[in-house]
Amino acid sequence: MSDLADGPASLAWNAQQQLQLAGSWTARGLGRIDRQLDALAQPAGAPLVIDASEIEAVDTAGAWVIHKLLQRLGSEAAGVELRALRPEFDHLLSLVAEEIARQGEVRKPAAERPATPLAALGQRTVNALEQATALLAFIGESAIAVGGWLLHPTRIRWRPILYNIRSAGFDALPIVGVLSFLLGVVITYQGADQLRQYGANIFVADLVGLSILREFAPLITAIIVAGRSGSAYAAQIGTMAVTEEIDAMRTIGLAPLDVLVLPKFFALVLALPLLTVFADVLGVFGGMIMAQAQLDVGYGEFLDRFVRTVSLTTLLIGIGKAPVFAAIIVTVGCVQGLRTRGGADSVGRQTTRSVVQSIFLIIVADGLFSVVFSVLKL
Amino acid sequence: MSNEQALPDPVIEISALTTRFGSRVVHDGLDLLVRRGEIFALVGGSGSGKSTLLREMILLHQPASGSIKVLGVDLQDIGEAAALALRRRWGVMFQSGGLFGSLTIRENIGLPLHEHSALAAPLIDEIADWKLAMSGLEPAVGDQMPAELSGGMLKRAALARALALDPELLFLDEPTAGLDPESAGDVDRLIASLRQLFGLTFVIITHDLDLLWQITDRVAFLAGGKVQALGSMSELAASDDPAVRRFFDGRRGQAAENGAT
Repeated sequence: MSDLADGPASLAWNAQQQLQLAGSWTARGLGRIDRQLDALAQPAGAPLVIDASEIEAVDTAGAWVIHKLLQRLGSEAAGVELRALRPEFDHLLSLVAEEIARQGEVRKPAAERPATPLAALGQRTVNALEQATALLAFIGESAIAVGGWLLHPTRIRWRPILYNIRSAGFDALPIVGVLSFLLGVVITYQGADQLRQYGANIFVADLVGLSILREFAPLITAIIVAGRSGSAYAAQIGTMAVTEEIDAMRTIGLAPLDVLVLPKFFALVLALPLLTVFADVLGVFGGMIMAQAQLDVGYGEFLDRFVRTVSLTTLLIGIGKAPVFAAIIVTVGCVQGLRTRGGADSVGRQTTRSVVQSIFLIIVADGLFSVVFSVLKL
Repeated sequence: MSNEQALPDPVIEISALTTRFGSRVVHDGLDLLVRRGEIFALVGGSGSGKSTLLREMILLHQPASGSIKVLGVDLQDIGEAAALALRRRWGVMFQSGGLFGSLTIRENIGLPLHEHSALAAPLIDEIADWKLAMSGLEPAVGDQMPAELSGGMLKRAALARALALDPELLFLDEPTAGLDPESAGDVDRLIASLRQLFGLTFVIITHDLDLLWQITDRVAFLAGGKVQALGSMSELAASDDPAVRRFFDGRRGQAAENGAT
């Protein structure tokens, strides 16, 4: 039927001024014949005869094209006649005629006008506000759920909490370790030149200690975990929303917040500060190695200076940011997951959104922390 | 079909087919023949290898041994180009539809035409609308996303996509599963009318006894890795094979039989 053994569809004028159609008038055989058809000029006056005797194959697409040709020529010319079409193709053509008549009755809905820039801006604002409202509602519901857990500690689900500590915390140790070690190396390497110019080699301990402990370790850890675990939260919950698992949970009487969100929340609020300490250690270790290689500051000297200049407050400030970052990662990941509607497409979109938003919010929160700490002179 | 005496030519020929998953034997020397213009059904209990057999016929799974010929082409060691040419000649409707979630229904139906023909986009949209109408859906459905449709509409849209390239052969996996009786009846009538209009051959996997009684020409009953019984529904119903009897003798089977006669 759709075999091209008979050659592609073609048309030509024959000796009797008849339009001669030949070949396979099928989806594959048609090619771009519609251009030729559109350019077809109608000889004025006489009724047109179309000879279809050499058409070898017709499928629905071909029948559609032939019928539209007949319709157009019929409205332009004095008359049009299709001759010698094989009887087995005839019923296809009459099917098309029925369908076109039917489609004519059904008014096609008017195409939507493209939105004006102002309307698009308004729409985006409304969407952003909706998202913010959803986030606030989610935070409120979660707070109530946390209250429920605290009032009835027997309801706390320890097993998923421990599982999440392992998957989001313990399993992330290698990547967090490697990246913060490299960060320590890079900071020292970049700072080394400057410090050497002033002969201030020993201040490398201050540089590494303060920057890693206060800023870089909490930030890099949170960003890695947002990419690693935040995306997993959104994808997991999103897929469950698409496959109606979350609705099923509700009907069984399990609160999705209790089962899906709170264990992740408690697990990450606990695990992220611990990961940050690990990142602190490896970051400083990386700096220490680089300090000896580049600035001839020995390990003993480095640690001696480090203990004297880097206060406990510095360490605690860095670690103190981590639970806030953890809350951002879990909240954004779960909210985006729960907002998934539709299919696979939507899961992907929400996952991307969760990672982008949580990293954005982490950096904004870090900036706010800096402002607050400088006001408090910490 | 010019000669009334001769049987129509075979569309699918399967001989001595063996399939294994690990040590589990799914098909054990299975033979089957489907003729042009037939509505052919595969039935059998869960795990009897119906779906695997379908997957092997549409080049999604390679059997351990044996030969499968579809539309005269041997599927063993088939080349890429030949496989593509063959895939254009059949349509498949998957059990859960298999419609692409990121495209509208009209785009889903038009996709095979966009891929395999050089037709202009507006023309493809018109043809897609026609296929929608053939499957009994309103043109407005074309603008919707698959996630917005009900189960019955999804099956129809999937059927419309399977029809996009005017296939000679249609494989339907559970076309009526999960549908209400009225929609299931509509699907039955749709299949019968498509066969009448376009002379299509259908291979259907189904458990729906109403569908089996109403529209199928021949039914193959799969059990123990072989075709246990083959024939029209009334022949199968008269069979005294115990496995076949269990399948038809339930109360639901009786009701469907009475409905058909």
